[in-house]
Amino acid sequence: MSTDSRPLSPHLQVYRLPFTALTSISHRISGVLLSAGSLVLVYWVVAAAAGEQAYGTAAGILGSLPVQLLMFAWTFVLFYHLCNGIRHLVWDAGYGFELETAKRSGQMAIGGAAVLTLIAWLIAIF
Amino acid sequence: MEFRTPIKQARGLGASHHGAAHWWVQRLTAIGMVPLMLWLVTGIAANAGGGYLDTITWLGSPLNAVLMVLVFGVLFYHAALGLQVVLEDYVSHKGVRLALVIAVRFLAIALATAAILAVVRIAFFADLRTAFGG
Repeated sequence: MSTDSRPLSPHLQVYRLPFTALTSISHRISGVLLSAGSLVLVYWVVAAAAGEQAYGTAAGILGSLPVQLLMFAWTFVLFYHLCNGIRHLVWDAGYGFELETAKRSGQMAIGGAAVLTLIAWLIAIF
Repeated sequence: MEFRTPIKQARGLGASHHGAAHWWVQRLTAIGMVPLMLWLVTGIAANAGGGYLDTITWLGSPLNAVLMVLVFGVLFYHAALGLQVVLEDYVSHKGVRLALVIAVRFLAIALATAAILAVVRIAFFADLRTAFGG
């Protein structure tokens, strides 16, 4: 049986991922990052339940500048996963597979995530 | 001589109506998370920088407490399913993969339990404080 005429899957080291593939792997990476980020959410709630002193310590850590910057990035990652997740749900329903549509919806997911991130932080600051 | 029928060979080998369960619950939790996360981020953003009392008052209000319990339940279910797929795709050693999938599932359940119990404690505590005016 001859195998050399079969199509090969992309060789990841030399293959430049197209935009749609980048949005796809980003969805996974953002999901893993958000799973890690959920630990912060648990810490916040558990600290609040533990009492005023524990909450004060938590608020001090979470309110510090490096953590706030991390939270800003985390907000974008969350909204990216949310918007791109909706894109996946539309695909699940059987729509939007045309290359041009898939590219456009990917751009919309990133744009939507950026807008939602800004809105969230505007609410937080004002 | 083979006495067993082909169906006997096939039984227990295939997914048989359950194959889509993982996929389906991943989608259900995804749909549920859309409004929950929009609510959560807006709620935290609006209450950010508040002190201890502001936070437990917000977390302890009946509606917020219910939504918060839902957040943790749905979030950790969704996360465990998603991480499982990632592990199954990238960890090639069968034993390590199984151990990690089990660890992720146990950790997700433990974290969800801890967080939900914390929310319930705050909700009851807020209630008692109102009742006794403390």
